[in-house]
This record gives sequence, structure tokens and C-alpha cells, in this order.
Amino acid sequence: MTTRTDKHEDAMSTATPTPAPHDDVSAAHRGAAGGAAAGRVGGGLFDPAQLVRSLPDAFRKLDPRLMVASPVMFVVLVGSVLTTAFSCLDPTDWFGWTISAWLWLTVIFANLAEAVAEGRGKAQADTLRKAKTDTVARRLTGTTEERVAGTELRIGDLVVCEAGDVIPGDGDVVEGVASVDESAITGESAPVIRESGGDRSAVTGGTKVLSDRVVIKITTKPGETFIDRMINLVEGAARQKTPNEIALNILLASLTIVFLLACATLPPFADYAGTHLTMVVLVALLVCLIPTTIGALLSAIGIAGMDRLVQRNVLAMSGRAVEAAGDVSTLLLDKTGTITLGNRQAAEFVPVRGTTEAEVADAAQLSSLADETPEGRSIVVLAKEKYGLRERHQGELIGADWVAFTAQTRMSGVDVDGRKVRKGAAGSVIAWVRGQGGTVTEDAAEIADRISASGGTPLLVAACDFAPDGKGDARVLGVIHLKDVVKDGMRERFDELRRMGIKTVMITGDNPLTAKAIAEEAGVDDFLAEATPEDKMALIRREQAGGKLVAMTGDGTNDAPALAQADVGVAMNTGTSAAKEAGNMVDLDSNPTKLIEIVEIGKQLLITRGALTTFSIANDVAKYFAIIPALFAAVYPGLDRLNIMGLSSPDSAILSAVIFNALIIIALVPLALRGVRYRPVSADKMLRRNLAVYGLGGLVAPFIGIKLIDLLISLIPGIG
Amino acid sequence: MSPVLAGVLQMLALIAALALAYRPLGDYMARVYSSDKHLRVEKWIYKGIGANPDTEMRWHAYLRAVLAFSAVGVLFLYLLQRLQGVLPGSLGFASIDPDQAFNTAASFVTNTNWQSYAGEQAMGHVVQTAGLAVQNFVSAAVGMAVAMALVRGFARSRTGELGNFWADLVRGTVRVLLPVAVVAAVVLVACGALQNFSGIHEVGQFMGGSQQWNGGAVASTEAIKELGTNGGGIFNANSAHPFENPTPFTNLFEIFLILVIPFSLTRTFGVLVGSVKQGYAILATMAVIWIGFVALMMWTEFAHRGPAPEIAGGAMEGKEVRFGVGASSLFAASTTLTSTGAVDSFHSSFTGLGGGITMLGMMLGEIAPGGVGSGLYGILIMAVIAVFIAGLMVGRTPEYLGKKIGTRQIKLAALYILVTPALVLGFTAVSMALPTPPHSILNTAAGSVDHSGAHGFSEILYAYTSGANNNGSAFAGLGADTPWFNTTIGLAMLLGRFLPMVFVLALAGSLAEQKPVPATAGTLRTEKPLFTGLLAGAILIITGLTYFPALALGPLAEGMAA
Repeated sequence: MTTRTDKHEDAMSTATPTPAPHDDVSAAHRGAAGGAAAGRVGGGLFDPAQLVRSLPDAFRKLDPRLMVASPVMFVVLVGSVLTTAFSCLDPTDWFGWTISAWLWLTVIFANLAEAVAEGRGKAQADTLRKAKTDTVARRLTGTTEERVAGTELRIGDLVVCEAGDVIPGDGDVVEGVASVDESAITGESAPVIRESGGDRSAVTGGTKVLSDRVVIKITTKPGETFIDRMINLVEGAARQKTPNEIALNILLASLTIVFLLACATLPPFADYAGTHLTMVVLVALLVCLIPTTIGALLSAIGIAGMDRLVQRNVLAMSGRAVEAAGDVSTLLLDKTGTITLGNRQAAEFVPVRGTTEAEVADAAQLSSLADETPEGRSIVVLAKEKYGLRERHQGELIGADWVAFTAQTRMSGVDVDGRKVRKGAAGSVIAWVRGQGGTVTEDAAEIADRISASGGTPLLVAACDFAPDGKGDARVLGVIHLKDVVKDGMRERFDELRRMGIKTVMITGDNPLTAKAIAEEAGVDDFLAEATPEDKMALIRREQAGGKLVAMTGDGTNDAPALAQADVGVAMNTGTSAAKEAGNMVDLDSNPTKLIEIVEIGKQLLITRGALTTFSIANDVAKYFAIIPALFAAVYPGLDRLNIMGLSSPDSAILSAVIFNALIIIALVPLALRGVRYRPVSADKMLRRNLAVYGLGGLVAPFIGIKLIDLLISLIPGIG
Repeated sequence: MSPVLAGVLQMLALIAALALAYRPLGDYMARVYSSDKHLRVEKWIYKGIGANPDTEMRWHAYLRAVLAFSAVGVLFLYLLQRLQGVLPGSLGFASIDPDQAFNTAASFVTNTNWQSYAGEQAMGHVVQTAGLAVQNFVSAAVGMAVAMALVRGFARSRTGELGNFWADLVRGTVRVLLPVAVVAAVVLVACGALQNFSGIHEVGQFMGGSQQWNGGAVASTEAIKELGTNGGGIFNANSAHPFENPTPFTNLFEIFLILVIPFSLTRTFGVLVGSVKQGYAILATMAVIWIGFVALMMWTEFAHRGPAPEIAGGAMEGKEVRFGVGASSLFAASTTLTSTGAVDSFHSSFTGLGGGITMLGMMLGEIAPGGVGSGLYGILIMAVIAVFIAGLMVGRTPEYLGKKIGTRQIKLAALYILVTPALVLGFTAVSMALPTPPHSILNTAAGSVDHSGAHGFSEILYAYTSGANNNGSAFAGLGADTPWFNTTIGLAMLLGRFLPMVFVLALAGSLAEQKPVPATAGTLRTEKPLFTGLLAGAILIITGLTYFPALALGPLAEGMAA
């Protein structure tokens, strides 16, 4: 971990303790990265000291040109100016001054919320900027090298980087192979290999070559590099309003206009009734009615949502993608690495008639010692774990003649003590046995077929014992069952997704039989076997034609079209620049399982907005019961019956409502930053819970809050 | 039987009758609006007006047709009234003044039926039958047509086509309103309502002096007046008049006529969008609000304290003895929760809170169950807003009936809900601020604008509420036949009717263009009771709170004072 994510690690540990049943998923893949291990969506961080630190920014944001972006808060700002001006006309009016002060505080609190949300990205941006030092590039023209500033590079330029050089810009390796330290952007200190051709060719500007020499073709303009975009993202500078946010803003603006009408038309009504409403009181009423709570927190919620992704080392190239993630109804998941562990593993040893399991295990282990592939290692491990066979080292066996596994022979084994043992692909081993003059029993083929049918891969184990007379007796001993191992907890996770209404489709290059078996074991809803990039693309188009939003991960260049077509395309950071360019998110940890968390973060973002909107609107009921009797009970004493809170005086009632309105913003800042608690349940259950908490809660809370504030105010001599 | 029990029993009988009619009428209307066959008489009409009923219209074409048809209606009605003095069959009445003719023309074309005239003293047979009664049918059919266009917006995908306005207009009139109105008129005649074209009779009064009685096509006007949620009667006393509404049975029957199409349209909606359950959820929302309002109204009217009400068994001022408190409350709540505005009692004479309930009923946008057609599209707009907020709370881009509620949809829905508050509060405020209009408040002492209180304010608030929401009922006590009120209320009616239609049709067009989003377990279930509760809450809080300060200074101040 670098310093960049340390902060989050600490914070995550103090965050809401949402249970994290699936830690193992990401942990199994590649150590817990960033905040990912701290579990489900939810973990946010809020330190009251941030409020103080962000105060200067909050004042800077009072600029009307900035405020106008939020129509609700802009109205409050105008109201604050008005009440202050009217208070100046009557400097002895303590009520006007107090209301003005609290209206200003309301605006400041709103700005503070946004500033705090932005402030959390600033530290990250600073670290990134350090990586983006001005580099000197060694530009290659023909065969001549010239030294130019990194900022002068253009797309298509070739540059040379050697050990110790900082890569001057984003590009693809076109020549050579090198190990690169990418910790500046991924937080992962282990170096990665980058080589020309294939899916490991992309390099990022600001990372450092540790060994060897590569030639890089620059693919982005200076100022638009990955690291530049990251800085913009985490600072919130590049934040554009997302479609749902725009729609919500429109609704809030129209509610503001409605309440503006209700307040602006009130003076003639009141005059007719025989009472005069002052500007201060009207503005107070207006500010209490317009949805200030959500208006104040809306942009903080959006920034915090992006930040939650960044904490998980995911970079969303647009807020639109984060929102789309919440809407996804089909997830395309690559089998390998996402659903199953990277490689197939030996699961059991099946003897043919006339041999024992232990015999097969022994021969399998012996023949696999020279097989360094993950499958080969897993055979040795299984023999040790299940049959207690101590792992023998090649050096222990004197006079052994090792036959290493190669892609051509597809067999490995050893010749020792007058015995030859081999294990490998069925065809290869059968050919070997026949070549040694032996025969293959029928049940060996039967077992192999059965394993294939169940989705596994059979490897045959055979031995040829030589009698002292040199005559060989070759036969198949048994079969090793290799299977894909589904990661722990995946089935539960897919069940949750199903409850959320999300269909999971497993993508695999395996044959349909194998694919079906794994799909069933993992509990995915559907699978696409023998998938080609074209098949993937066709599947995405089919789902989208049915109105569904599709999310997928990918890393290869041939994934790029599908990544671009998908509504949410998460490119792995280890992938090619074509893939990173095509997707709308990049996972710096290159952990495909994270797609599920991304979906949850997207949903949480929308839920938080909806919940606070509901809360904000529901609050109005209580405020009416505070303010209306305060305004009109003097002329219509009957209206005092509406004062069900029993507020002590008209001034105190109006003031209490305004103070509550301001304080609730600060009280909800942690919620806005952290996001509403999210659990993967059906829409019905989620709505019931959120309506109860934020709808009913929003109705009741202000009654209590305003009453309490009124009690405090009435203690101040000369007011109550 | 106690009056309270009688009131409750009448309400239960009404609910039973509405329940019986719900499915057959709703299903029938669904067939009417989706059939591709034309009746012979319809073909004649299409030929006559030169319309091709089989062409599909996109939203702006549909809107153009609605506006053109209505503009012609306003112009025709205006001219008819202006020329009344020279037309035969006018009982000798003079031509109507320009401001009042404009007001009345706007009123009947917008399905409002606000009447700043006394029918029996101003309008002859020709204007009543060839002008006003015709608009009673077609203005209602226009409302239903627009509602159907919105329903098609939800039901259709990947097209911008919303059906054909002329076909919807003609079918609504010929196949729905006319047959039911004919049957209803026969029932009313059988129960004693008047139906003739006789002249003015001088009738000697029992206590001495004389009285003028007009004849007219009363029963038939009455039938469509209620069925089409119009409300404009032949007589000034409206459905309180024994010629219009002779017996307690006809009273209940007329309430049934008011409610039957707006409620049944939710069934039509359910059938056409392919899920009757969605229709039930909307129906349930309407029913919850309607029952709540009726119950509140009966409670406040029966519980009214004071010596006179205690002797009469309730607040009987302004109510007909033959109907009593219960039936009058039922009628008042029903007529203001729909865009009808017919009255069988005087809303001004209701208790302070009772008057407030009639106003709040209109202020909710007349959606429980609302006017024919306008009630359905009004509540669907509120559903869009409720779905937007609730949809966010389940973590998805909000969607309703498989259609995404995005920026454009919310913009149109937001504009829709802005229109009536702006008209009601804006015009009321200007009227209160100007020196002259408050003089029309008849309850002030000798026309002076002193602190004559909440009731006077209610009269003006009620007038614009009724006009902008296209209700048409009046809080008696306002001398509304002045150029100011005729003009401004006329404008409120036109803008309150057609601006929302612009937004509804634009919304319908944008919905019809979308591809449907399939429902999953993550989708908000809008056919569940939870959604019904949410929708009712959103309606009461969002629209109700808009008017709370104004209501506090009118009916609440009056009602709380007691």
C-alpha cells in the first residue's frame, strides 16, 4: 500500500461496520486492495475535523456564479442577502439579524458539505501530481534519439525508456519487454511486466521502468493522460452532472418555484386578513419550505459516490457510468478469475479396476513433480492434502530421469527405479501406453468420459513397470480429475444479485458441457460457452435490445468493442490501452469481481439521493405547523390550534424552524458522504425500509427537532 | 334512521354501484379506444370534418388537433352568445356581453362550466342545447382522448405515435358518452326531471307574488353535465334545483354519473397497458383520497356545533332538505374531487372546514377520481413524480410501466404541476392586491374592504381554484360577473386546461418513443399497496402543501375559529 490508500485503510476501519461476508472473494483474487476488503458498499469516512478544514472553501463557494448551479441554494443565498439588507434598515431588530445569520449558515453548511466531499479527493490528487513530474522524453526519430519535454509529445511519437526512466506518457510498448513499477497509480508495489504485442502492452505515463529497455508508442495527448484524468476525477473538477442528478435538480427547482409562488402570493392575502408580513418572515418561510436539505447535499452525494469508487481503486470516466451501474440488469462475468480461481485444480484421483486410489495418487504425484504448470502443482498439493503423500523433491530421487511437461508432448513424468510413470492429456497418455506395448482398459476411457461430461478435465496416469528381464508392462493406473474451482461465496453473491433483479451470465471459452457444469455449481443464471468476441458482442446487443443495461469486464484488445458497447465496461488496468479506452471505468486492481461492488455503489448513490429528497419534502409538514400559526394566530386566534408543538412564541417558532432547517444539513453530511446503508434485497423491501426511515422519519423528526430548539430558545431571557 | 347512518349507507350504495360498473365499463372503453373498426355514423362524421381516422399522430400533431378543435369551439360558442339576441328560440334573451361570452365560451370548452350568469335568466334554448350541451359532450371527449394518448404513450414502444385525435374524439362521444347519457336522461325523466322546449311560465306563488319558470332540455343536459364532469346546469341553482335533481335517488344517481367514468378509466388504463393491477393501484389511490374526503366532509358537517345545526342534525344552511347533510356532503366532495362543479348545496354555506375540503379537493388537481380523462392523466403525472422519488430509493433510474423517467419526463411532469398553483395563487394574489376586485366579495359590509375576514378571501381563492382546475363550482357570495373576473377566470380556465395538455401530450410522445425496460426483482412494483400509499402521500404533501398558507387564511381560519 502506498500512502495514497493508507488514508482510506485507516478510515475504512472506523467506517460503518457493514458485514463483509465476501471478503474472501477479493482477497482470494489478489490481496485486498484499497478499501475493497472492508466489505460491502457503505464504508465512508467522516471526520468532524474535515468540517473545520473545509470552512475556507465553503466561504469561497459563496460566489453567486458557483451557487447558481444549485437553484435551491441559490434561492437561499438571495434570501440571505435580502434579510440582511432589511435587517440593516432596522438595526435594532434582533429577530431579523438572527434569522439572517441562520440563513447565511444554511448556505455555508451546504457549501461545507460540498467542500468536505471535494476535500477528500484533494489528498489523493496531490499524491498523483507528485507522480506527474515533468519528465524528459527520449523521442525516437528513425534511429536517432532526441531529448524533449514530456509535454511536447504527440500521438504516434516513439519514445525509448530504460531502467530508471519515468514513462513520459500513456502508450503501448511496441518493442521489448520491461518490468514497470505502477505503484503511483495502482498503489500496488510489486512490479508488473509490460511487453510488446499481446494484452500486456499498455503503459501509463508517470510509472517507472525498473528493468530493461522498451520502445513506447504514445497514444494520448499531454494533459489528457490517464494520470491527468485521475487527478481531475478525484478532485471532482471533471465532475459533470449525471442524468438522474439533472432530472432531480429539475424536480427540486420546480418545487422551489411552487413554494416561491406560495410565499410570494402571501402578502396580499395577509394584508386582506389584516396583518402585515415582513420580508424577513417571508424569506424564513420560503427557505423552510423549499427542499434545502437535498439541495444542499446533492452535489456532495455525487462527489462522495465517485470517491467511494476511487477508494476501491476504480476510476469511472464519467458519472453517467456510475449511475448506469445502478441500473444494470445483466452482468457478464468472465469465468476465469471472476467466478473460478485462475486455473483448474486436481480434485480427485480415480483408479481403474485393479488399482487403488493411493496407487494412483502416488503415481500422479511422482509424475507431476516435473510439471511446473498450476495444474501440475495442484496435483502434488492434492496428493499431499488428501493422501498425506509428502512432496518429494526432484533431487531426492537418485538416478531419476525427469520428463518435463511441454505443450507439445502434453505429458510429464519420470523414469526411476525401473519404472516409467507418465501423466497427461488422455490422447497423449494412451498413445504412450500403446507405444510401450501395453493396452488401455475400457474403464479408463469410461472414467475419462464421465469426468468430461461433468465439466471437468481428465488427465490419465499410466505406468510401465519393467521386469528384471527388461520386458515392460504398460497400463493406465487411473484418472486425475481436474476441475475449475469456484471461488468461495460466489453462489451467495449471485443469489443476492438475483434478489436485486440482476441476471448473471458467465462467459467462457470452455465447451458447453464444461460451461454448464460450472455455471450450475456457481449458481449463475446463464452462460455463454465457446465465446468469441463476436458472441459477446451479440449477447450484449441482444440484452440491450430488450431494454436491459449490461455491465462487463475485459482486458484484451478483442474485448474493446464489447466494452464500448456495454453500458458499464470495466477495463482491467493490466489490460491494453485499447480496452482501457473503450471501457468507461478502469479497475486499478484488475479484479473482475469488483464489478459487483461497482453495481452496488451505483445503486447506493441513487438511493441516497432519493432518501434525502423524500426526507426533505416530508420535513415541510412540521415546518408549516410551526410557522403558519406563528404568522397568523394574531389575526385568526383559531389558527393557534395548529400550534400542536406548543412552541413558546411566534418569533421562537419561526426561528426554531429556520435553525432546524440549517442544522439538519450539517447533521446529514456524514450520511451524504457515506451513502445510505445498502443491502442487496428486492426493490419492495428496500422501498419499504427507506420509506419508513426517510419518509416517516422525515415527517416526525422535525416535530421533535423544532420543539427541542424552541425549548432551548425559550430559555434565553427576553425571547421566550 | 339517523342522518349519519343514512349518509354512510348512501356512500356504501354508491361504492357498490361503482364497483359493479367498473369492469364492464372500463373494459368496454378499452375496446372502444383500441378497436380498428368504425361505425357507419362515425364514418359520416369523419367524412364531414374531412379527417382520416386511421392515420397515426405524433404528439405535436395530436396536440395541434386538440388545440384547433378547442379554438373552433371557443369561437363558435362566443359568436353564438354574441348573436343570441337575433337568433330564434332564445326565449327573448339578449346577446351576452363580450367579457361574459368569452368567459362562458372558455368555460364550456375547457370542461369547467364556471357560470358567471344565471342560466334561466340569460341563456335561451339555442345556446343551451346547440352550444353549451354540445360542448358538454365534446369537451369531455377531448379530456378522455388526451388521457388515452398518454396511456398509449405508456403502452407503446419505439414509436412516437399516439393514435388519432379525431377517432378518439368521435368514439368517446358516440360510443361512450352518448349512449350512457341517453340512458341516464331517461332515468332522470322517469324520476321527474324536466325535458321540454317550453317557454317561460309565470307562476303564482303560494305566499303571493309570482315566479318565472323556464322549460328546457333539462334531464338530458343534466345527464351529460354529470357524466362528462361538466357541471354547468340549465338553472342557476344547479343540481339543487328540483327540476334538475328532483329526489334523493336522482341525487345519488347523479353522483354515480359523476364518478363512474373517471373511476372506470383506471380499468381501461390497466387493460391498455397490459396489467389491470396497475389500474387497480391507481384506482386504490383515487378511492382512498375520495373516501377520506367524503368521510372528513361528513364529519365536519355533522359535527358542526351551534344551536341551529344541533336542531337540524348538522350544518343545514345552504343544503336542500330533501337531501340532508349526508347526501350533500357526498355530492360536494365528489363534485370537487372531479372536475364537475355541479352542486346540490351551497359550498359557501358549508362549515369553514367543509368549504376548505371542497377547495383542497380541487387543489389536489382533481385526480381522485378527477374529470373524465383529466383525472387519469393528472394522477398519472403525479405517479411519474412519485415513481421518480421512490425509484431513486430502490437504486435504479426510476421507471414507470417499463418507461424510464429521465430528464425530459421529469421536466414535463414538473411543468404540469407548476401550472395550476401559478394560476390559482397568482390570480388570487393580484385580485386581492388590486383595489377593485375585492369589492365583488358580497359578504363584506357594504362593499368596503375592511377586515371582513377569512370567508371573503375564500370566495376569491375558490373562484380561481375552481377556474384553473376546470371545476366550475362556485363559492356563492362572489359577484363574479365583472370584466375583471370574467376575463381572468376565463384565462385561468383556458391556461389551466390546455397548458397541462401540452405537457401531457409531450410526455406521452417521449414515452412512446422509448424502448421498454423489462421488470426485474430490482424494479419498483407500482401495482402494490405500498405504491398506492406513496402516491397518495406524494399528492397530499406536494400539492396540498403548496396551498397550505392560502388555506390557512381562508377556510382554516374560519373553521378553526369555531
